[in-house]
Amino acid sequence: MKLDVRLPIGMMFTLLGAILVVYGLVSDRSIYARSLGINVNLWWGLVLLAFGLVMLAFALRGGRRGDAGAP
Amino acid sequence: MHHIQLGAIDYVILIVYFAFVLGIGWTLRRFVKSGEDFFLSGRAIPAWVAGLAFMSANLGAQEVIGMGASGAKYGMMTSHFYWLGAIPAMVFVGIFMMPFYYGSRARSVPEYLKLRFDEKTRGFNAITFAVMTVFSSGISMYALAKLLELVLGWNFNVSILTSAAIVLVYIFLGGLTSAIYNEVLQFFLIVLGFLPLVLLGLKDVGGWAGLTAKLQTVATQAGFAPGAWSHSWRYVGNAHANPMGVEWFGLVMGLGFVLSFGYWCTDFLVVQRAMAANSMSAARRTPLLAAIPKMLFPFLVIVPGMIAIALHVTRGGLLPLGADGTPNYNLAVPVMLGHYLPTGLLGLGLTALMASFMSGMAGNVTAFNTVWTYDIYQSYIRPGQSDTHYLRMGQAATIFGILFSVAAAYVTTRFNNIMDMLQLVFAFVNAPLFATFLLGMFWRRTTGHGAFFGLLIGTGVAALHNGLVLPLGDVPGIKGGFLGTVLHTYPSEMAQNFWTAIFAWTACFAATIVISLLTKRNKSDEDLKGLVYALTPRLKDRESPWYKQPATLGVIVLGLTVVLNVIFW
Repeated sequence: MKLDVRLPIGMMFTLLGAILVVYGLVSDRSIYARSLGINVNLWWGLVLLAFGLVMLAFALRGGRRGDAGAP
Repeated sequence: MHHIQLGAIDYVILIVYFAFVLGIGWTLRRFVKSGEDFFLSGRAIPAWVAGLAFMSANLGAQEVIGMGASGAKYGMMTSHFYWLGAIPAMVFVGIFMMPFYYGSRARSVPEYLKLRFDEKTRGFNAITFAVMTVFSSGISMYALAKLLELVLGWNFNVSILTSAAIVLVYIFLGGLTSAIYNEVLQFFLIVLGFLPLVLLGLKDVGGWAGLTAKLQTVATQAGFAPGAWSHSWRYVGNAHANPMGVEWFGLVMGLGFVLSFGYWCTDFLVVQRAMAANSMSAARRTPLLAAIPKMLFPFLVIVPGMIAIALHVTRGGLLPLGADGTPNYNLAVPVMLGHYLPTGLLGLGLTALMASFMSGMAGNVTAFNTVWTYDIYQSYIRPGQSDTHYLRMGQAATIFGILFSVAAAYVTTRFNNIMDMLQLVFAFVNAPLFATFLLGMFWRRTTGHGAFFGLLIGTGVAALHNGLVLPLGDVPGIKGGFLGTVLHTYPSEMAQNFWTAIFAWTACFAATIVISLLTKRNKSDEDLKGLVYALTPRLKDRESPWYKQPATLGVIVLGLTVVLNVIFW
């Protein structure tokens, strides 16, 4: 396979998740008034991070399997 | 209106996204060695990737903005575009039509028409499709730029040129593979970018129960029964009892049958993704796998519009008003983004919006460059050139296709609801086309003359019908009645479009049969092997596991769709 599409997807969401988590930790609480008082940057950042890591894991596992199958 | 303020973090997220889509194009550029790589991804795409791209390519402006707008304007009835329209059509194309598309090794939908019928039918379809595609892509671009201008205060020209340039670069470099890979990335971004909006919105209005309670106020204020915004089927007995202004027959025949099947089964924009799949089985599963996320999309794209109108009416003035005093429905989704998402997630939501526009546009551009190169340039302008020559032409077509789209974007300024405009265009071109395919694939007696003149008559009838009718409250002009006399007035533009499609399809169906019977067959049974149902050996998919069998998947998908229709009846 030329490029496992899960690799860039995993990388991007891991990066975006990390950015949002860090921002959620350092940002001023007052900006969360509009999101009903929930620190959505932190929580949704964690969701993105988890999704990104799962995609990366799939991509790496798939890549290893591909190598093993090659002659 | 008051602009939404973005923080530095929002721009960082947007730039990360830009970097990744361009990076994918850059990485894939060295795999583009032949025309087949550029136009068909070397027919090497796994089913799930093709499936997500199949769904994502359709996720352009009409989906996120248009569906949100329709959710606000028509409520839960908008789900018919999915649970009555798209899903059954996607199951049909996967199970019944893909064997001919993929099996014939045609490189495009017009090329299938050439194999099945004749040169003129292909030419007609190729040219109308190329024009339509450029227009769709222009509409997407216009919608994006207009929104960004209104909501963020970004410069209209800069937005158009930036989004066009990024799509251009990644398709130019990586061809269809690049478009498909980015569509998968964009699919996840759209889901993960809009989901927090839906969750926060629903929490705010008190869940589904709270939303339906608020929508009762919306419905009664508009003069309808209290449940008119939260039920999909209950009020379709009478066109005047529901906000869409359609009755069940027009809805089921016009939207459920003609328009949806016409779009999902014959539009090369989506079919191209399945043609790029790595096997017949994968090609058939592509639309079926796409149908699974597709059936959940109403919750992601329609519900925010419903929440927006509920808040607008019960809490007052969420949506800006247009010149005629009605809310500007197209702003439902962007306004909701600004209403609920703080800096950070706002950037993600905005990036998701951008991703949806780009995926839709890339879908149009890849379909355009293929049809232009294979069905117009190679067929009529310069046949018999080397593969490299056509590859270069495809890259050039990517550039001028996008330039045409940019031009079309500047032309598109007259419609309040983009969805209606697209439906109008599809009704003229796609609605008769589905009759041609249906007859072509399932009746071997259909002739080239029958198909071609049937199509012309169908398209003509669409224009004629539209020229003689008018939606309620509109003046004769581009929206109808342009032939001078108005014979009938429909309760809404939507109803008019559905009926235009019904008339066009019926005219094409009848005319194709009559003309086919009057003309001599131009293809023998031998020629039609693999192109017509009765002359193609049945595919055996009994050996594969159940979750890989198209028929089994199709039954599951349809079953789930019935359940959704019943729940939101």
